[in-house]
Amino acid sequence: MSIFRLSINLLRRDWRAGEWRVLLLALVLAVGSLATVGLFADRVRQALWQQATSLLGADMRITSTRELPPFYREAAEARGLQAVESRTFPSMVAYREQVLLAEIQAVEAGYPLRGKIEIDDGNGGRVRSALSLQPSTSKGEGVVERGTVWADERLMRRLDLRVGEEVSLGAQRFVVAARIVKDIDQTIGFASFAPRVLMNEADLAATGLIQEGSRISYRLMVAGEAAQVVALRGQWLPRLSGNERLEDVTDARPEIRTALERAEHFLGLAALTAAILAGVAMALTARRYVARHLDGCAVMRCMGAQQGQLLRLFLYQFVLVGLLAVLAGSLLGYVTQAILIESIATMREADLPQPGMLPVLKAGASGFALLIGFAFLPLLQLRRVSPLRVLRREMGSPTVSGWLIYGLAILVLAILFLWQAGTLQLGLTVLGGLLSGLLVFGVLAWLMLQGLARHANLFGARHALNNLARHGRSTAVQVVALSLGGMALLLLTLVRGDLLQSWQGKLPADTPNRFVVNIQPDQRQAVLDFVVAQQLPSPQLLPMVKGRLLAINERAINGESYADTRAQGLVEREFNLSYADRMPQWNELVSGRWWSQGENGQLSVEEGIAKTLNIHLGDELTYDVAGSRFSARVTSLRKVQWDSMQVNFFVIGTPGLLQDYPSSYLTSFHLPPDKVRAGDELVRAFPNLLVIDTGAAIAQVRNIIEQVSQTVSVVFLFTLLSGVVVLYAALLSTQDERVHQVAILRTLGADSAYLRRLHLGEFAVLGLLSGLFAAASAALLGWVLAYYILEIPYQSNSMVWLSGMLGGVVLVMLAGWLNTRRLVEMSPMRILRGE
Amino acid sequence: MRAVKLSKQVLSGELPLNILHEINFEVAAGESLAIVGASGSGKSTLLGLLAGLDVPSSGSVWLAGADLFALDEDGRARLRGELAGFVFQSFQLLPALTALENVMLPLELRGASDARQRAGISLEQVGLSARAHHLPKHLSGGEQQRVALARAFVSQPKILFADEPTGNLDAATGAQVIDLMLELNRVQGTTLILVTHDELLSKRCGKQLRLEAGRMVD
Repeated sequence: MSIFRLSINLLRRDWRAGEWRVLLLALVLAVGSLATVGLFADRVRQALWQQATSLLGADMRITSTRELPPFYREAAEARGLQAVESRTFPSMVAYREQVLLAEIQAVEAGYPLRGKIEIDDGNGGRVRSALSLQPSTSKGEGVVERGTVWADERLMRRLDLRVGEEVSLGAQRFVVAARIVKDIDQTIGFASFAPRVLMNEADLAATGLIQEGSRISYRLMVAGEAAQVVALRGQWLPRLSGNERLEDVTDARPEIRTALERAEHFLGLAALTAAILAGVAMALTARRYVARHLDGCAVMRCMGAQQGQLLRLFLYQFVLVGLLAVLAGSLLGYVTQAILIESIATMREADLPQPGMLPVLKAGASGFALLIGFAFLPLLQLRRVSPLRVLRREMGSPTVSGWLIYGLAILVLAILFLWQAGTLQLGLTVLGGLLSGLLVFGVLAWLMLQGLARHANLFGARHALNNLARHGRSTAVQVVALSLGGMALLLLTLVRGDLLQSWQGKLPADTPNRFVVNIQPDQRQAVLDFVVAQQLPSPQLLPMVKGRLLAINERAINGESYADTRAQGLVEREFNLSYADRMPQWNELVSGRWWSQGENGQLSVEEGIAKTLNIHLGDELTYDVAGSRFSARVTSLRKVQWDSMQVNFFVIGTPGLLQDYPSSYLTSFHLPPDKVRAGDELVRAFPNLLVIDTGAAIAQVRNIIEQVSQTVSVVFLFTLLSGVVVLYAALLSTQDERVHQVAILRTLGADSAYLRRLHLGEFAVLGLLSGLFAAASAALLGWVLAYYILEIPYQSNSMVWLSGMLGGVVLVMLAGWLNTRRLVEMSPMRILRGE
Repeated sequence: MRAVKLSKQVLSGELPLNILHEINFEVAAGESLAIVGASGSGKSTLLGLLAGLDVPSSGSVWLAGADLFALDEDGRARLRGELAGFVFQSFQLLPALTALENVMLPLELRGASDARQRAGISLEQVGLSARAHHLPKHLSGGEQQRVALARAFVSQPKILFADEPTGNLDAATGAQVIDLMLELNRVQGTTLILVTHDELLSKRCGKQLRLEAGRMVD
């Protein structure tokens, strides 16, 4: 029989004896939590991608003030992509005696390529256009029929118009066939507040509205295979002229991207916490496994087993258990993720495609890495067992260098952290924090145990304390492991709620939902007065100057200076610059210093864009504003919270630098639902203003937070279960020693009351120390998550400390008592015989 | 088996401590040798060296024509697998394995395809067929030692090393186990090397080797 079959037999027998259960459970939980998060994040990304493309109505589009050269459409069609064009222009819509300026969009059959327009055609309420999220297969499905128009809510409201009535557009009359309930295809970030009307392109000529000199926005939209879209982008970019603008989902709102990134990092680290706990449980189990198999290996060595044979014997078992765990964990992750998606209404309705295999493979690989890092090296010791052990039981276990074992575990953790955390800094911070935390807690536990033992008489628990102190090192390991388990419990119950509440608090009910752009200097006071007259809080107006970045440190730059397409896009269009004496309060200084009153010729740059464009503190930037140039030094870098929904600028200059250039002003404020009409009136009073409704974006950020909150609960459930496994493994790790000790103490005449007191005393001290450290690490990890990932202030909750210590004592005493209660009543002989 | 000037020294603190001093003897195939002596006289150390479980400070052991210590650790393991069986004072059964599985183990390690069948026969020889599927913890001490005997003899070893095989058993059970061991020894023609402090038991072996403080005394 081969070693492989022997391995399987031994595995089966050990399995029967329960040796593998804890390890398998720990590994299943680790893989399960990583797979859940990976799969879920994958699908959330897909959902957001779909939402973003549905905002564009396409995967990518070009908008121009002039007719688009045929090249663009030909290039798209040559790549097998679908393409539709539209023309948008302002025009008066006449209804009875009233006229209203509206934005008319004439669309081709096939529009839109992505997303759905929800309409109400008056028959049975809400009707959805037949357009699916995939590019529609049969052209013309759901498009506005000839002779009819679809009008949006604002137009209907302002003209007091109903579905089925007629309106005039130029020389033609049209039946309003439907009210647009939910629109798409608005310029990202710049949805004009003018009401919208959709018509069929084929009707356009007859209206006579398109004439020489008409203000028309031409738009070409494409959709199809992702790789082809990316390739087309590369083909289009160099051909873009100054009045042509390319947009795709990478231009999607930074606030949504930021929220998503935060969510992914948060979930990733939560899953890693579960994985680390599982790793610790595996390490503890492996230690016990080794101790329990030393004799068996020595016997097999006597029977002629060679080192290589023993190694293979255990390697096969490990690989088998690993495979089993990875399979079960992946399945668990898949099912959990599916249940999660089902339980979140917005995701269930999104009709998401199935997630890819990559997250599962990643979780499986991480599982194996954990197995190797935490459990395999200790096992290597078994192969080096001396056969002499059969004669001399007192021989210790062969040692594999501690540095090697811990080094490998740390290496595996480091790789996993960097992989999950995404950024080197975050990964190293959390990993460093964790390792130093473990080390500090371990040393502290050891020192405290020695101190307590020295004053044992004062506490009336001399034997218990001395007993713990005598096994100082293994007790310290046990305390650290128990506190990790406890930390998971505290995170789940207390810290998680605090964190999510603070995160949700970042977007309070009065978060600005309207941006007003293009306020002229002479309109400033009038706009402020208007807002105050509507009984809204007076908003802050910020100046905006448009300028193009020409050079960094006198080195001229253009799109070709960068490989990154985002960077190319940024330098090829005009920047919105602003100036201010004081830094906006929702910004944070990252490096350098903000200027003081009277200083001039300085710039402050947002850190993200500085990185993208390779701008450093001290660099000199040259801008072209309205045909004249200026240069100034970067004296500070700022962090901007894009998901704060406040007005933000990439570049802010000292007032002296920019205030003499032509500028407009912009502001943001919160418009409560009952005052929506105030927005209409603002536009009516100041027709040049552009009012942007950011309510949808806020809803989307809130949506992400809500989705993440629900996911976090599930992910933390894994953390909790892993925590329980660690607690169990930690208690089990000293079980054999405890059994032996009980047998000897019983033989020497200890009664069960004494043994019970001894054990409960030990467990109480273990629980107290573990609870203390668990609270400390939960508070620390909560702070790290708050500060680095969610970027919210974190207040430590005193309940964490109280529940940590109290819970630690109760839980460990209870678990310990359950584990040892049978022992103290058994005869020493039965204990030694392992009954 | 032949031992030539076999010595074992260890360091006790700074000072060398002689555990065994120039042991010489020879045992022919099928003979039995009892190594006797008081506790700490070096009996178990000698047995460990003879079985190649440990290495000497000097001297050599020849087993079936091979110089044990000219081989590496794995080479000695291979030789043990081919030639030797073991019985220990503390039985050394694997706790997760049933009686039958424990007996199968040496055969499985050699890749034998009929392990189960042969182990069954071996258990029958020691009278434990009925207990084949019991775990060691459900067997009495005597039964455990009989399983260990079945395991030792299942691979029909040329030489059997026994370390205080009755040390953990009461007199009556010990006597039964010894009878069984000597009987199997006789039937299979196995060479027996036995460590014991039981004078009566040692007398039942063909040769005796007495140790005192690491030296042969007769």
